[in-house]
Amino acid sequence: MRSVVMIKQVPDTYGPVELDSLTGLLDRSSGEQVFDETTERALEVALQQKEIHGGEVVVLTMGPAQAIDALRKALAMGADSGVHILDDDLAGSDAARTSEILAAALRRIGFDLALAGDRSTDGQGGVIPAMVAERLGVAQATYLASLSTDGLSLTGERVTESGVQTLRAALPSVVSVTEKIAEPRYPNFRGIMKAKKKPVDVWSVADLRVQGVAPVGSRIGSVAERPARQAGVRIIDDGTAGRQLAQFLSTSGLV
Amino acid sequence: MAAVLVYVEMNEHGPAKSARDLLAFAAGLGEPVAVVVAADSPSRESVAELGSWGAGRVMLTTTPDAGRVLVTPAVDALEAACASAADVAAVLTADTADGREVAARLAVRCGLPYLGDVVNAELRGGDLFVEKSVFGGNYAVESVVSGMAVLAVRAGVNCGSPAPREASVDPLDVGPSVAERTAILDSLPPTGTGGRPGLSEAEVVVSGGRGLGSREQFALVEALADAFGGAVGASRAAVDADYCDPVLQVGQTGATVSPMLYIALGISGATQHKAGMQAAKTIVAINQDAEAPIFDIADFGVVGDVLEVVPQLLNELAAVRR
Repeated sequence: MRSVVMIKQVPDTYGPVELDSLTGLLDRSSGEQVFDETTERALEVALQQKEIHGGEVVVLTMGPAQAIDALRKALAMGADSGVHILDDDLAGSDAARTSEILAAALRRIGFDLALAGDRSTDGQGGVIPAMVAERLGVAQATYLASLSTDGLSLTGERVTESGVQTLRAALPSVVSVTEKIAEPRYPNFRGIMKAKKKPVDVWSVADLRVQGVAPVGSRIGSVAERPARQAGVRIIDDGTAGRQLAQFLSTSGLV
Repeated sequence: MAAVLVYVEMNEHGPAKSARDLLAFAAGLGEPVAVVVAADSPSRESVAELGSWGAGRVMLTTTPDAGRVLVTPAVDALEAACASAADVAAVLTADTADGREVAARLAVRCGLPYLGDVVNAELRGGDLFVEKSVFGGNYAVESVVSGMAVLAVRAGVNCGSPAPREASVDPLDVGPSVAERTAILDSLPPTGTGGRPGLSEAEVVVSGGRGLGSREQFALVEALADAFGGAVGASRAAVDADYCDPVLQVGQTGATVSPMLYIALGISGATQHKAGMQAAKTIVAINQDAEAPIFDIADFGVVGDVLEVVPQLLNELAAVRR
């Protein structure tokens, strides 16, 4: 079985995230860039599938040169090879364009399972897996908190705000996982040393034979940073805090 | 006036509450048309309800796949609805997991622009101006679309209430699906909410953090939520400590909420949590640590022990209402 894991490098969630006020794009120069933790869990699932069924695990990323760090970490965790889609033309790609590029890369690599995180911690769009499935004409099994496969099909539990659904789909499928699905392993020293010798292919947009420039869907009109919230009243509980709070809520029309 | 197609999710009681907000949002852009995918024809009450929310027309497709096949039956229905309606300004879905995926796939299939996390939209001079909320409301980004677009619209967006209509029901013919199907073998309602409103639709959200100290004491969060008829939320720390069900998590890796009132109990207010709740109208925080960052964004902060302050508050609320 061949699993391809779509991984992403994102700003650390414990630091501030900023938008460029002119382009409306994420400012990736502010704060530390880390391996998106949900995609790390998707990789763990792929590694577990390989342990059960054999086969290989390919990690795929689209991003600037520094995204190689996430690929190397994935290889150190146990992935067999990497593909880095690196092209200046892709900076600031929206979901439609990103899904087009990833779908073209997945078609070229070939897969039984294509895995991703459910929503990245930066853009939080949450639609790339569904868009990729639509483009490739394969089944989607998204927001999975558990997954098992038998080589021909998969079953899993989809957990969303609407509840829990048990899904079944034929392979190949595009899967997205929630952060509850598995704890990612740590790369060990041996893994890190081996990773240095594992192959990483670098592809450009031209290599993928997709159109050079995607049709413009929408353009950014304006970007406004909301004024920061101001701290209001703060009291120290002296036994009457409950009463004072109830009064605040009452005068604010909230009770 | 151009039609605005609204994908209406159905549950066992009828149209989901999200449809009311979406139809009102649609009325600001054109003629609201509800698109319904159901196993059986919806009841007269359901149709009347959609009319009372402003839908003049319901496009209905009945299929055994409704509720049994993931996402794609709705995409197929909306694609057919777009083809059969004469002039469509936009297609709207709820900004939920299902709604976003339906919208995104439709956009790809029909070559239309897709925008999610939408909080406002206006037609000006033939262009559609769409406001998105980014990073938990830290930024408002306005995008401009020439022509039709597919939008996933946030719950609780305030957009008034359109005049009630008498809704007509038109059958919608949907051809065989081009999509590979994912079967839904079994469905369960959300766990852990205990009959309370969902996080994204509640007007009051009471969330608990690590400061609650144990799963037993987390019951205090539920008690306060119930006093407001609100939803229960949690910080990531509380979920990781197994005080409550993971679906309750609010924050960057959980739900994003924008209620009238958000009460944070024993939550320090890490960036990760604030990203999910700082768009709330009013924020109240109770925390033992006077230095907790949550106080920087709270309209009313209490430095104190949640285990003491919350029971005081519950008593006061009971007295106020008596």
